[in-house]
Amino acid sequence: MSDLRYIGKPGDRPEAPEKVAGRAVYIHDLTRPGMLYGQIKHSDHAHARIKSIDTSKAEALPGVHAVITGYDTPRVTVGFLGDNCALKRDKVRQFRDEIAAVAASAPDIARRAVDLIEVEYEPLPGVFDPAEALKADAPLVHETDPRGRPVTTNRMPLEYHHETGDLEAARAEAAFVVEGSYSVPMIQQTCMGTAGCIAEFDLRGNLTIWAKTQIPFLAQRDFNRALAQMGLENGNSRVIVPALGGGFGTGLDTHCYEYISILLAHRTGRAVKILLNREEEFANLSPRQSARTRVVQGCDSTGRLLFREIEVLQDNGAYASWGATYPTVMLLPVTSLYKVPVVHFDAQCVYTNNTYCQAMRGYGNPEVTWAIESNLDDLAEKAGIGRYEIRRINCNETGELTPMALEITSCGLDKCLEAAAKGLDWDAPRPPRIAEDGGRRLRGVGMASLIHVGGSGRIYRSDASGLIFKLDDFGNVNVSYGGVEMGQGLHATLTLAVAESLGVRPERVHINQTDTGTCPWDVGTHASRGAFMACSAAVRLAAKVRARLFAEAKDLFPGIVEKQRARFAKKNPDADVAEVDIAALAASGAFDLRDDVLSLAGMPAAPWATVPFGRLLRAMHFRRDGTMITDDVFYDPPSDLPDWGKGMGNMSAAYTYGTQGVEVEVDEDTGHVKILKMVSALDVGKVLNPPSLEGQTYGGIAQGIGYALYEQVLTHEGRVLNAGFTDYKIPTIAEMDFPIEMVFVETNDPNGPYGSKGAGEPGLVPTAPAIGNAIYDAIGVRLRHLPLTPEKVLAALREKRSQPAPSA
Amino acid sequence: MTSSITWELNGRPVTCNVEGHQRLIDVLRDVLGHTGTKEGCGEGECGACTVLVDDRAVNSCLYPAAGVAGRQVRTIEGLLGADCRLSPLQAAFVEEHGAQCGFCTPGMIMSAVALLERVPEPTDDQIRDALRGNLCRCTGYVQIIHSIRGAATRPQAGGTA
Repeated sequence: MSDLRYIGKPGDRPEAPEKVAGRAVYIHDLTRPGMLYGQIKHSDHAHARIKSIDTSKAEALPGVHAVITGYDTPRVTVGFLGDNCALKRDKVRQFRDEIAAVAASAPDIARRAVDLIEVEYEPLPGVFDPAEALKADAPLVHETDPRGRPVTTNRMPLEYHHETGDLEAARAEAAFVVEGSYSVPMIQQTCMGTAGCIAEFDLRGNLTIWAKTQIPFLAQRDFNRALAQMGLENGNSRVIVPALGGGFGTGLDTHCYEYISILLAHRTGRAVKILLNREEEFANLSPRQSARTRVVQGCDSTGRLLFREIEVLQDNGAYASWGATYPTVMLLPVTSLYKVPVVHFDAQCVYTNNTYCQAMRGYGNPEVTWAIESNLDDLAEKAGIGRYEIRRINCNETGELTPMALEITSCGLDKCLEAAAKGLDWDAPRPPRIAEDGGRRLRGVGMASLIHVGGSGRIYRSDASGLIFKLDDFGNVNVSYGGVEMGQGLHATLTLAVAESLGVRPERVHINQTDTGTCPWDVGTHASRGAFMACSAAVRLAAKVRARLFAEAKDLFPGIVEKQRARFAKKNPDADVAEVDIAALAASGAFDLRDDVLSLAGMPAAPWATVPFGRLLRAMHFRRDGTMITDDVFYDPPSDLPDWGKGMGNMSAAYTYGTQGVEVEVDEDTGHVKILKMVSALDVGKVLNPPSLEGQTYGGIAQGIGYALYEQVLTHEGRVLNAGFTDYKIPTIAEMDFPIEMVFVETNDPNGPYGSKGAGEPGLVPTAPAIGNAIYDAIGVRLRHLPLTPEKVLAALREKRSQPAPSA
Repeated sequence: MTSSITWELNGRPVTCNVEGHQRLIDVLRDVLGHTGTKEGCGEGECGACTVLVDDRAVNSCLYPAAGVAGRQVRTIEGLLGADCRLSPLQAAFVEEHGAQCGFCTPGMIMSAVALLERVPEPTDDQIRDALRGNLCRCTGYVQIIHSIRGAATRPQAGGTA
C-alpha cells in the first residue's frame, strides 16, 4: 500500500472550479424551451374531509395553462406502503397535503392562481401525539389500508423486533441497572439548495425528469409506476441529476411535488418546473424522524454490560416514508455498539396528523445513540466505574460477531476511545472559573461512540453499483456511475481511485453526469456508500480493463516501440541505443500502465522504451478489425438482507466505528453551553482523500451540534411554526469557534477499496450524547430531550438547586 | 411601475428596465442570466444571494433592483480574471475544499471579498464575524476559514480580484 500514488493524498474536486465561479448548474438554474412553472395548493387543515374544490377562477387567470386536482387526474400512489398519493381526494391528513396544482407561464402567476382555488372542508378532530394516537378512541388518520380494507388502529403495520438472550435473567444477574427515557425532535435537513424538479414528456410518452434525487434508478422505477397509473404503460422515465445543493437524505424518496410536476407536464404538453422556496421547504418537505426512546442497561460489578433493552415510539406523521424505517438502522447501535450479550429491541411507528418524516443523515442511528450513550454514563456513575473505562471494558473488536450477526471485519474503536480521552486530557481537574461578568462557568468533558455501516447497507435486495469506463483515442477515461455527487466529494475520490487503479493521471478522468439513460444501475447514494461502492467497482473494473489492454499490448507494443526507437536513433545519431528483444519481452506480458504511460518490465530506461497510453489506444483502434475499450462491472458487496422482524442479518460489508469527545463550559446564569474543544476519532479503514474526508466530518459535526443544541421543527396541532431560518437556527460560522482535533484510525478493512470504509454519516451520530455527557459532567444534571437549549439547562440547574442534597 | 436604470455590473455598464417590485436577485438571475447568485431563503437570512453594491456586501434577495441605479454591482461572475482564470480567493476555495455542494459558495465568496478588501489579513474571529450571515450546511465552515486564510496569505496583493 505504500506505493500508492493518489489514494491517501489530497484530491481536488473536479467540479470545484465551476462551483467557486458560480457556474455549476443546479435545478434552480435549469430551464427548458417553453417551460411552465408549477405551484401547489396545500391543505388549510391538519385533518379534514374535502367537500369541494372550485378551480374556475384559477383556470381563468391569464397565463394559467392547467389546473389539476385529485379528481381530474389518475390516482398516482406515492411511498413504499402505497398509503399516499400525489393529489388528495376525499380527505386531507396533514397541513402539507396537496389538493391542487397549477402550471402557468410565470412563477408569480402560478402563485396567484393557487390563491384563487377555493376549497371547502369539513374539519375533523386531529391527533398530534403518537401515544394519543394509539388510544382506542383516537381519530383514525387512515380509515382504510392501501388495498381499501378497513383499519382500526393508527399503529403502522411495520414490525421491528430483536431478541437475543434472556432479558429477565440478565436483569436479575446485573449488579447495576439504569433506566432512562429520552427524546429527539424532528429537525430539518436544510439543504442550502431547495428541492425542485423539471418534468418533460417527449411525443412518444417518455418522461425526462431533472430531479434533486439521491436515488435516480429507484426514482425511475417509481416514476415508471406512475406512468403506468397514468395510462402510459409503454413510457419510460429518464432521471437526470443536475448539480445538487445538498442531499442529507432528502433525495432518498420520491415526493408528491415530483409526481405533480409529471402530471402537469403531461396535461400541458410542456416542461413544468416546480421549485420550492425556503418557506415551502420548511413547511412541505419531510423533516428528520423524531423518536422517543426508553433504554435500560445493566452491568456486572466490574462494569461489563449484561443487557440492553430499547423501546422506541415514532410519531410517523400522516404517510409512510423512510422515517418509518429508521428502526432498521437503529438495530446497529442497539445490538452492536459495545459488546452486549443480551439485547431486546422493539419499535413502533404511529400515524398522526403531523408532517410525515423522511431520511436524514444517520437515519435512526443518532436518535438511539443519544439514549444509549447518555444512559451508559449514568450506568457508569451508578457502578462507580469511569466513563472512559466502562467503554473501554466493553469495546468492540475485529473479528467479533454481534447479536445482530454483524461480522466486524475491522474495528479500531479502542484507538478512537483512547484518542478522545487523550485529546481532552480526560482526567484533568476542571474547576469552575469566574468569567468577566462575574458569573460562574462550569466545565465538563463527555464522550460517546458510534457504529455505522461502512460497507454500504443492504436495505434492498440489490445493493449494487455499476460502473462504466469508456476509453477514447486520447487516453481519456469517461466514467459513468449511477450514484450522485451532492457535495460529499464522491467525484473527487472516484477520480483518485480510477487514476490509481487504472494507471492514468487524474486529469484524464472525466465523470459523466448521473443519468439513468446512460449510467449503469445504482441503488442510491445513501448509507455512506458512495466512495466505498464507486471505488470498489473502479478497482475491479480497472483490473478488467488493464487485462484487456495488456493483451492487446502484447501484439502492438513491439511495433510501436521499434518505430519510436528508430526515430530516436535517427534524431540522436551519437546516442548509444540499446539492443533489446522487444518481442520476447512483450510475450512475457509483464506490462504496467502508470500515469498514462505503458511500460514493459525488462525494457531499458530510455525515452523511446515506453508508450504513451493514447498511442496504444489509437494503434488498437485504427487498423482492420480495430478495437476500442468500453467496459463495465456490476458490483454487489458481500452482505445479507436482514430479517427485519427478527432484527438479524449482516447488512454491510464493513462497519465504521468512532468516538467523539467534547469539553464544554456551561454558564450557570444563562444555561448557555459553549463548546471549548472537540476530538473526533473515526475508524475509516483507510483515508482515501484527506481533505474530502475532513470536510465530511466537519460538516457532520456541525449538524451534530445543531441537533444537540439548537434545532427543532416546532409544530402546533400539525402546523409548522418555524418555517424559515429566522426561527429555525442552524449553526453559523460563529458557532464553530472551537478547536476540533481530527483523528483517523486506519484498520485496513479486508472488504473495503484500499481498505477504506464509508464515512459520510458518522460525523453527527455521537455528537449529541458527547455534549449531553459533558454537560452532566459540568453541572450534574442529566438532560434527556434534545435540543439542549439554554432554557432547558437553566431549568435543570434550578431544579437541582431546589432539591435537598443527597445523603452520603 | 417600470423604470429604466443605468448601473455597472462587474465593470460593464448596463441599462435595463426594472419593475418596482423586482429584487436585485431577480434582475441578475432572470433578466441578465447571471445565475451564479443563488436564492437560498428569500428573506435575508442565509446569505446565499450576497453580492457587492458599491463594495458593500448586501443580500440581493432583499435589495430593490431599482436601488442599483448609478451604482457598481459585483457578483461572483465578476471574479474570474482574463482567460477565465480563477481569482486567488476562488483558487484557495478549490485548494482548501471550501466548497462542497457549492450552493452557498458564491455568496460566501462575495462576503469574503468584502472582508478581504477591508481587512487584507483577517484573524479567524474577524472571518467568523464577517461571514456569520452566510449559512452553510455541508462544510461545518472549517475549510471555508482555511480557504479565506489561504487567500489572505497568497503573494498577490489584496487576495481578491
